[in-house]
Amino acid sequence: MAALATIIVVTLGTLGAYLLSHKNFPGKHLVDSLITLPLVLPPTVLGYYLLVVIGRASPFGQIYERITGSPLVFTWQAAVVAAVLHSAPIYIKAARAVLEAVDYRFEWAAQSLGASEWRTFWRVTLPLARRGLSSLATLTFARSLGDFGVTIMVAGNIPGRTQTLSVAIYDAVESGNGHVARVLVAVVSIGALLLLWAAGYFSRGSRLATSAG
Amino acid sequence: MSAAEEHFLDARLMKRLPPQRDSNTFELNVHLRAGPGITVLFGSSGAGKTLTLNCLAGFTRPDEGRILVRDEIYFDAAARVHVPPQRRRCGYMFQDHALFPHMTVRENLSFAASVARSENNRPLHRHRRVNELLELFELSDLASRTPARLSGGQRQRAALARVLLGEPRLLLLDEPTRGLDARLRSAFYDVLQKTRERLDIPAVLVTHDLEECFELADFVCLIEGGRMLQAGSRESVFAKPASLEVARMLGMYNILPAEITTLDPGQNTSRLAVFDGFLEGPYFPAHLIGDRGSLCVREYEMKVSASKPGPATNAVAVRPVKTTPVAAGIRIEFDGEFCATVSESDWQAMRGSERLWVEVPRAAVHFIG
Repeated sequence: MAALATIIVVTLGTLGAYLLSHKNFPGKHLVDSLITLPLVLPPTVLGYYLLVVIGRASPFGQIYERITGSPLVFTWQAAVVAAVLHSAPIYIKAARAVLEAVDYRFEWAAQSLGASEWRTFWRVTLPLARRGLSSLATLTFARSLGDFGVTIMVAGNIPGRTQTLSVAIYDAVESGNGHVARVLVAVVSIGALLLLWAAGYFSRGSRLATSAG
Repeated sequence: MSAAEEHFLDARLMKRLPPQRDSNTFELNVHLRAGPGITVLFGSSGAGKTLTLNCLAGFTRPDEGRILVRDEIYFDAAARVHVPPQRRRCGYMFQDHALFPHMTVRENLSFAASVARSENNRPLHRHRRVNELLELFELSDLASRTPARLSGGQRQRAALARVLLGEPRLLLLDEPTRGLDARLRSAFYDVLQKTRERLDIPAVLVTHDLEECFELADFVCLIEGGRMLQAGSRESVFAKPASLEVARMLGMYNILPAEITTLDPGQNTSRLAVFDGFLEGPYFPAHLIGDRGSLCVREYEMKVSASKPGPATNAVAVRPVKTTPVAAGIRIEFDGEFCATVSESDWQAMRGSERLWVEVPRAAVHFIG
């Protein structure tokens, strides 16, 4: 679930970050603010919006239901949507900074040699930003594991189906099941630490690569 | 023959940059015309040289003007034409070269070959071109290295090879020899001259190094503060700087106050009062007798001696003020803004003289009003 969310965030987020960092278009600041919004809104507000947008009564929810034959809300897919929403803003913001840090002269060099923008992006920008973006992807994965508020609003808490780790911990504490809670907390903490270490490993690599280049 | 055919490159550029934290509004206003061969954009840093290149390459869009390369329009503000950099085929060699750090030398060149917008771009032909250039620039043994593992001179050759794979119509070089020592510089000049003979395209080279300007330029274009001070063939610009500012930029530091006392267009002669003597020169058009101004002489044109060289010679007596030993001999500074270098042994002969005679050939005398 978190892996799927990470793939979605990295694919769309990198594209979005590229547009924000390399293009000027009307409403760029508005788009930027909208992307930041999920970071500052309470999760319940986000969850409510999401329910409105993808709920069974909404046009989007109905289209989804007609195609797949089942509603989107309160399924594991909804948990993915929640995780995406939770981690995308941070990824896009950080990825934009990473892409902007790529020396524009490499991109200019590629373009004046005749490379299209798309080709420049694939062959020059992306490889040069790869380390930074991998590190961000790891963080995204960690973060999409950790959402609580939005998940509980749109995916609910159905054990074995939509119950995420953080929701399960809440559940365990609420029901007085201290042992389970402690184990889960330990698992989450150690997992997060490992992921942060991996992220740090990637970004150390990127510093080495830039200083050598 | 129209103007566009005479010049391979004809660019009129106007660009206003908004004030930055540490600078005022900058306005670039140049009209650059170049034939085949190397046009050197010469000026101090911040004069607008790189901005001019960026306009030519299409990375900066001028506010007004027009860029013509051969008969092709790259940019025309009035007609709202702005050809994107990808389709201009400008071989742009950046400062610090901008070789892709994540690719080997061969990959850098192959990339350039694969994206080139040239007529013949079949894979086999591409492969051959890459090998040909690797060989030409003595990079074959280094082809599998990344740029980080190349020396400055090798990096520079790789950058030039990469640029040439695009079969450019216009070569843009931004301070290509910055940070290289004298030996590597002259090696690069050789490579550049070799390239020039192979390709019949104009090259615009940016530098603030006077020696480089002397060595490479067919045409010189002096810019300062976004304005063009003077442009023309190297000979004409170096022989006849249009103003004192230009003369100083070109290292003509021998500037003496002078007054025109005689002008004879018929015999193409003039006579100038310099200090308490006279020097003869060629006729100066657009000047009048009595005009006060400055006399400019290149240092190497002057001959210094202790006694008057002879009645028929063109010499004036001046007082030495200060001497400094330099690599080439002894540098003598005279009264006024003016100095000369003589050899050690010559200096011994004239040492102690109150006045020294400075001889200047008539043709080397240049008056700026």
